[in-house]
Amino acid sequence: MPQVTLTVNGKSATVEVEGRTLLVELLRDKLGLTGTHVGCDTSQCGACVVHVDGTSVKSCTMLALQADGAKVTTIEGLAAADGTLHPMQEMFREHHALQCGFCTPGMVMAAVDLVAKNPQGLSEAEIREGLEGNLCRCTGYHNIVKAIDAAQPLMHAK
Amino acid sequence: MYDFAYQKPSSLADAARALASDADAKVLAGGQTLIPVLKQRLNKPSTVIDLSKLGLAGIKVSGDAVTIGAMTTHAAVAASAEVKRAIPALAALAGGIGDIQVRNRGTIGGSLANNDPSACYPAAVLALGATITTNKRSISADDYFQGMFTTALAADEVITEVSFPVPARAAYVKFKNPASRYAMVGVFVATGPKGVRVAVTGAGQGGVFRHTAAEAALGKSWSAAALDGVSISPDNMNSDIHASAPYRAHLVGVITRRAVAAAG
Repeated sequence: MPQVTLTVNGKSATVEVEGRTLLVELLRDKLGLTGTHVGCDTSQCGACVVHVDGTSVKSCTMLALQADGAKVTTIEGLAAADGTLHPMQEMFREHHALQCGFCTPGMVMAAVDLVAKNPQGLSEAEIREGLEGNLCRCTGYHNIVKAIDAAQPLMHAK
Repeated sequence: MYDFAYQKPSSLADAARALASDADAKVLAGGQTLIPVLKQRLNKPSTVIDLSKLGLAGIKVSGDAVTIGAMTTHAAVAASAEVKRAIPALAALAGGIGDIQVRNRGTIGGSLANNDPSACYPAAVLALGATITTNKRSISADDYFQGMFTTALAADEVITEVSFPVPARAAYVKFKNPASRYAMVGVFVATGPKGVRVAVTGAGQGGVFRHTAAEAALGKSWSAAALDGVSISPDNMNSDIHASAPYRAHLVGVITRRAVAAAG
């Protein structure tokens, strides 16, 4: 069986996979990182968003073997080692940006990349447009947008 | 998904050899269409050949052309200051494909090789009169698109780059399906070294096509008003639960006008 070697949340891992193994399957089933969710499995809902080499991707639409040599960050790798939440996580909590929580890992990972790539700042409309690839069926998005907006100055101040 | 062997060749020659030696091998670019297709078991390749290590990503801009490597992502094209300066309509088109995560993986070469009838890039390639370069030859846009999911590419042919002549004016406007956000009708209009060209995606049963009646009218006068009285037959339009053929034919007229107005 082919092997893939990658760095996940700062730790190196070498895993045997099939050609067809998806990155999300590697993360959840091989490495036990079940914070990354599978919602639609059709590239639409964004519950599986992780960062690959610092860029947000849908891990259900990437083969594990495509991530060979890559640095992957999942929701488990976002908080500091001492448990201090990432500002985006903190603002999701502060603004009650979740109800059932299923979409939240993908929302947070997508939001972190969105804010990081736009240091000039994003308007409310731009935040909403930036979330096009993430679906939430509980909140109506309002508090998610508020949380991301509130995280902007905190992330850029770092 | 059926299982398959996976290869990541480090040279174009190796990739072409692998493709030529196995009729059931498939090329993987960004995977944003191929992987969903494999999940649905609509395709059963013996081998998937990943093109990501061939050095095919990159953007070059000269005075009169923008050349984009086949493995360049939509996000890279959308963010390129050079593309925004030379052909802003092309950067805007790339920035409107799918969503951020799809744009971070999806590539121009993959989009063109797949030739989905609702894809955006084919409209830009056809309207700008771009040239598609492969490991074997150069193909003009007019010869490249040969119907829905069908192109001039041979089985062992790999797109390496796409070169767009810089137009004098251009714009792309799409009418998105409200749920899927795919183009129900997308129109790219351009005027420049290749003359007046209007390409329509999302609407036709045969995939992207040139709207020659609109081109003739705009050739006389580049204005939305010049399109008054220009219509297109619904005969070859797609018809589905989202829109009937006559509705799509009507939309082609509306969106073409908007595109000309946007191009200025």
